[in-house]
Amino acid sequence: MSEYQWPNPATRPLLGKKISRVDGPIKSSGRAKYTYDYNPAGLLAGRILRCPYAHARITSIDTSAAEKMPGVKAVQIIQKPGTEIFWAGDEVVGVAAVDEPTAEDAIRAIKVQYEVLPHFISDAEPPKNIASSSGPISQDDFEDMEDNQVPDEQVIAAIKQNGISFHPDEKYLKDAQESGVDKKVVEALRTAKYAQATASKSPYKKTAVQTQGQPDKAFTSAAAVVEGLYGASCITHCCLETHGMAAEWPSANDSSASPGTNLLVHISTQNLSGIAPQIAEPMNIPAGSIQVMQQYVGGGFGSKFSPDRWGIAATQLSKSAGGKPVKIMLDRAAEQEVAGMRPSSFARVKIAADKDGKLVAWESRSWGTGGVGGGGTPPLPYIFEIPNQRKQNIAISTNQGSARAWRAPNHPQAAVITMSALEDLAAKMNIDPVDFLTRNLEMTGPRAAIYRDELPIAAEMMEWKKSWHPRGDKAAGLVKRGLGLSIHTWGGRGHNSDCDLTIHPDGSVEIKMATQDLGTGCRTIIIIVAADTLGIPMDQVKLLIGDSRYPVSGGSGGSTTSGGVTSSTRRAAVDACNQLFAKVAPALNAKPEGLEAVNATVRVKSDPSRSLSWKEACAKLGAMPMTVRGKNPDKSKPPDLTNSGVGGVQMADVSVDTETGIIRVNKMVAVQDCGLVVDVKTAESQVKGALIMGISYALYEEKILDPVTGRMLNPNMEFYRLAGIADVGELQVHMMTGKGYDERGVIGLAEPPVVSPGAAISNAVANAIGVRVPFLPLTPARVLEAMGSHG
Amino acid sequence: MKHEDAPKPDQNSGLTRRDFIKISGVGVAVPLAFGPTVVRAAGEDVEVLGPGKAPISLMVNGKKLTAEFEPRVTLLDALRDTFNLTGAKRVCDRGTCGACTVLLEGKPVYTCMVLAIDAQGKKITTIEGLTEGDALTPVMQAFVDHDAQQCGFCTPGFVVATTHFLQQHPNPTPDDIRRGLSGNFCRCGTYDGIRAVALSKSTGASLTGESDGTVREGGSL
Repeated sequence: MSEYQWPNPATRPLLGKKISRVDGPIKSSGRAKYTYDYNPAGLLAGRILRCPYAHARITSIDTSAAEKMPGVKAVQIIQKPGTEIFWAGDEVVGVAAVDEPTAEDAIRAIKVQYEVLPHFISDAEPPKNIASSSGPISQDDFEDMEDNQVPDEQVIAAIKQNGISFHPDEKYLKDAQESGVDKKVVEALRTAKYAQATASKSPYKKTAVQTQGQPDKAFTSAAAVVEGLYGASCITHCCLETHGMAAEWPSANDSSASPGTNLLVHISTQNLSGIAPQIAEPMNIPAGSIQVMQQYVGGGFGSKFSPDRWGIAATQLSKSAGGKPVKIMLDRAAEQEVAGMRPSSFARVKIAADKDGKLVAWESRSWGTGGVGGGGTPPLPYIFEIPNQRKQNIAISTNQGSARAWRAPNHPQAAVITMSALEDLAAKMNIDPVDFLTRNLEMTGPRAAIYRDELPIAAEMMEWKKSWHPRGDKAAGLVKRGLGLSIHTWGGRGHNSDCDLTIHPDGSVEIKMATQDLGTGCRTIIIIVAADTLGIPMDQVKLLIGDSRYPVSGGSGGSTTSGGVTSSTRRAAVDACNQLFAKVAPALNAKPEGLEAVNATVRVKSDPSRSLSWKEACAKLGAMPMTVRGKNPDKSKPPDLTNSGVGGVQMADVSVDTETGIIRVNKMVAVQDCGLVVDVKTAESQVKGALIMGISYALYEEKILDPVTGRMLNPNMEFYRLAGIADVGELQVHMMTGKGYDERGVIGLAEPPVVSPGAAISNAVANAIGVRVPFLPLTPARVLEAMGSHG
Repeated sequence: MKHEDAPKPDQNSGLTRRDFIKISGVGVAVPLAFGPTVVRAAGEDVEVLGPGKAPISLMVNGKKLTAEFEPRVTLLDALRDTFNLTGAKRVCDRGTCGACTVLLEGKPVYTCMVLAIDAQGKKITTIEGLTEGDALTPVMQAFVDHDAQQCGFCTPGFVVATTHFLQQHPNPTPDDIRRGLSGNFCRCGTYDGIRAVALSKSTGASLTGESDGTVREGGSL
């Protein structure tokens, strides 16, 4: 009889090994079909006319010329005259035509007039004495506060003090409570005073000052204090497969869709199971009549959870065009300008330690923008619970496409701000930063033991003791070398996941789950867990994902997929195994609980010579296949197979050319925990990928807006620069495994390793050249400016 | 001639290089009439196609494929939209990222920067043409073995570029790789695996598949 808990290392043939991803061959041969590749007969090309102004009101739209053009099948006004547009590139009109050139011609034939309004795009440091927002709180304001996890007391105080400019009905209040808003906050909304929204709105939204302990006293009595300016600029997701969706309304006799499907959707998404409800509402059709499909997705990184306005437009255009498939994939410029960005975050920080190098006080005034909605609130100080703190964050509302979750939302920014300040303080006290962090690890709470394991391993991989020098490379020559480090954390508990596992009488096994593989290795780990549990080779397990008709599994956000899908698969496979044992036991003259499934056999534990091949055993099922469902979470089937809270350490070795300001990353090391590692090979790839993405945002990536027009100046891939193969030095990854890690269960890995690279590289640069370059990306201009300002 | 269909720069994020090709390609003294038009250029009579659809033949993966295209259609869009060869991807759409790489006369090109009409009479090999059925070339297998792919969207372009690179550099140095494979971008961060593919002991002849007859440098096969 199998138990649900993860097997120990001695009895797991596949779990925790290095296994090649199962979809490697189809991808490397170019046969993998993405949403972008969906090309059914009769496909119409959809294109979007976008607003060229950062802030405007639509005054008129004339689509008559476009509608008359040959080959144009449907025109859909997305935002009507009178609508206020808040960012350049927002959607105005959609067109479907027989091919892309025709659709582009039609877009050019549409005449839209705008009243251009003043825009605001600066995320520079807000003026010293901005007033606290005194106007009533709008629904957007409220939802932003909740998204940004503003403490409940502050939200309640703001509601009471300022009133609200919207009328939350009972349904809204109920939804809010169900989505996790505290009961007291909901009550405050219910009883809030209504006030008319004020006309002119400041772009700055200041949180109340949060104070704990006695920061002033702690700064006065500290042995060392440093002040600094740190931060990271806005970047984009830059998915290689742009956002997009194809929609069609198959007729009843169309064989391409399943029976009962009124609307068939192919979409590039991280959230396969969550798409239908988001289309059902605007289209006013039952979610169950929408079938959502996706086999492969060309990157998401947090930006692909919704059908978006263009997806709804494709659905409407298809309807107008008699149900023919309409596919809208964003062009590169739109992808960069409107389909996702990571908020900027900057801070002035003051930090202090006592004579033993123990952190005693933190003060920060931070600001940043995430588009019209304001910005994220970085969790400052990052990881270290410094006893005395005073902090305030200012979210700046700017006229640009809204922020979307970007791998480990707010953490990379918080890391670069905090770890830079810590490193500057260590440098002032002339303490090796590895030693400095080690002295303060008890402030990191439950993960201190993990960091204590990891720091020496990382230091050894980097040869830190041999290569590290105090701040400022004193060696001769114009190229200076330095080392830096950072540590990080993330939650990563598995999301809700249902898994249907079927064993057929011929021995074949099939799994169905409405999940998605973003290139993380999701397919591979599901098959590893099933095959490992059933004791059969991986190629005997057929995995079906990417269809909303399969059992529901959560969206791939927040590193929740690995824990979710492996837990549901493990429970399904264990239950299936045990049911099979019950059928097989009489033939082996044994009790079901005395059997085990090993090496493609079912055998008696106490006498392995009494065995049936897997195929023979499955034949005992009779004529019918057997399907069982595994779930995560499932309290009735303990233990919990997933967990939350990982720790990681990263170090960077850089060279800085002090004449040109060009930085080269010579080497990076990452030591990472994610509980039980299911597949070491794809896990290492995930961490290496995060290091490379980190090098990219640390050195090159920046969403640059033109102050005059409010438009993005680099909505492309020449001037929105990603790291290339030549920009990446040696990478070394060590996954923490074994005792202390395996028994924690499976924890997701997508976010954590992308948190630290920016901070580690910034610290290495400071160590090399002796001065801090305040903001990411660390461009040559910023390096030279920092060196110049320090003589 | 005034061209009515020229994009208004304020409705796009600026004119892309290919938009420029498209505009100038269509806009150069072409009468709006059917049938081939002959113009005198550089002392020769040249047949002008377009701006409407014109029959175009392409030699793709050893097969002659024919369809009607407007002259402004890129080789990439022709391969993908009309011939359903979707391995090459459109990513940057202006000759930066390499996701649309195919071999033209044995040399890697960005097909987003080549008009279909200009690819006539040339030997085109897409990723689909490197192998048959479910088989993998040694380079493709090395991408699997070294896990040189995550989301996989840049992978076909990288495989084509790496295949040609290894034909040119059977025993590449790290510097060769930095220079030779810098024409492709990946967002997931798979470069370490791709370096391993290029550096693996089994590189050289065993990874490159069949010779395409191009002159090799830096060591023998």
